Amino acid sequence: MFVPGNNPGMIRDAGIYDVDSIMFDLEDSVSVGEKDAARFLVYEMLRTIDYHGKELIVRVNSPDTGTGLEDLRAMVSTRRVAIRLPKTECAEDVLGCEKKIAAIERERGIPEGSTRMMAAIESAVGVLNAKEIAFSTKRLIGIALGAEDYVTDLKTTRSADGTELLFARCMILQAARAAGIDAIDSVYSDVDNEEGFRSEVALIKQLGFDGKSIINPRQIKPVQEIYTPTKKEIDRSLAVMDAIEEARKKGSGVIALNGKMIDKPVVARAQRVLDLARAAGVLKQEDKNER
Amino acid sequence: MKIKQSAVAGTMESSDIMVTIAPSDGSGIQIELNSTVEKQFGQEIRRVIRDTLTKLGIDSASVTAVDKGALNCVIHARVETAAHRACGENHADYVWGE
Repeated sequence: MFVPGNNPGMIRDAGIYDVDSIMFDLEDSVSVGEKDAARFLVYEMLRTIDYHGKELIVRVNSPDTGTGLEDLRAMVSTRRVAIRLPKTECAEDVLGCEKKIAAIERERGIPEGSTRMMAAIESAVGVLNAKEIAFSTKRLIGIALGAEDYVTDLKTTRSADGTELLFARCMILQAARAAGIDAIDSVYSDVDNEEGFRSEVALIKQLGFDGKSIINPRQIKPVQEIYTPTKKEIDRSLAVMDAIEEARKKGSGVIALNGKMIDKPVVARAQRVLDLARAAGVLKQEDKNER
Repeated sequence: MKIKQSAVAGTMESSDIMVTIAPSDGSGIQIELNSTVEKQFGQEIRRVIRDTLTKLGIDSASVTAVDKGALNCVIHARVETAAHRACGENHADYVWGE
């Protein structure tokens, strides 16, 4: 969930929402004249507020500017956040920022490498370089798509079915999967259009995205509902795991369920469903046997 | 740090505090506070403002604050911002993490 970096009420309350990750923004949601105020505010509140184990990320201004460099110095010093670049077009963008972060870690006595990073792809060049970006550093936890800037770069506009985003989404997804990091979809700005939002979340889930960026707490429930496995999916996955366990006990090399062969991809998908179900709180660890 | 000009930071939105810092005539840190929670937290708010300025090495300033229920960390942040603006300082010398 994006949180504007100069709004104390929103920063304070962000922790009460049932989201996995909170992203404090020092960039686009903060006016030029208030960059210093937002930096001090996010810095002091991060050192004080308990966010109950949620992943914390700060989107900084361009690290190639004085403002962005000071953002890095402040936020890395909190030792609590991952750094999200504002716009990533190539591996060198990531590596340049990483170098600055490493220098700050050394200066502050922070274990080098402990500050994680996230890339944000917002242009055609960035999309084409997605693979290099994804593999650029071990600090990277994920890649996000910035759809508004991207469609502007393409010289088009956003549509209801997202046709213009399909290539970018797929490129980012392949790169993230190949590198073993998360792929996070863009925000949906029309907070009053729940139906449109749900359609988009369903689409990106089907594509394989790990999650969705949101800008309003009203968008939390639709994402959770769509990403939470259904009872039918959970039961089917538990049955797969039961079949695996039974075959193992019998020493059987061939495993079938309802007449269909269960091979490695089927098991992997079943395990993912159960992991998601557990993360959503609809399946307890002790329910049924599973790996 | 020395206050050279008047500067303001923060807003009058709920949970925020608007802090204006101006040079004073050398008679220490003077604080004029208008707070929605004056009775419960007025003393604490003044303490946080004073302590923040003292930590920044400022021993003389005229402070006007309009508080709308800000937490101590928010007061701290807004005073730091206003002070840096009033001193004409950027943050390059600020030691984050201490």
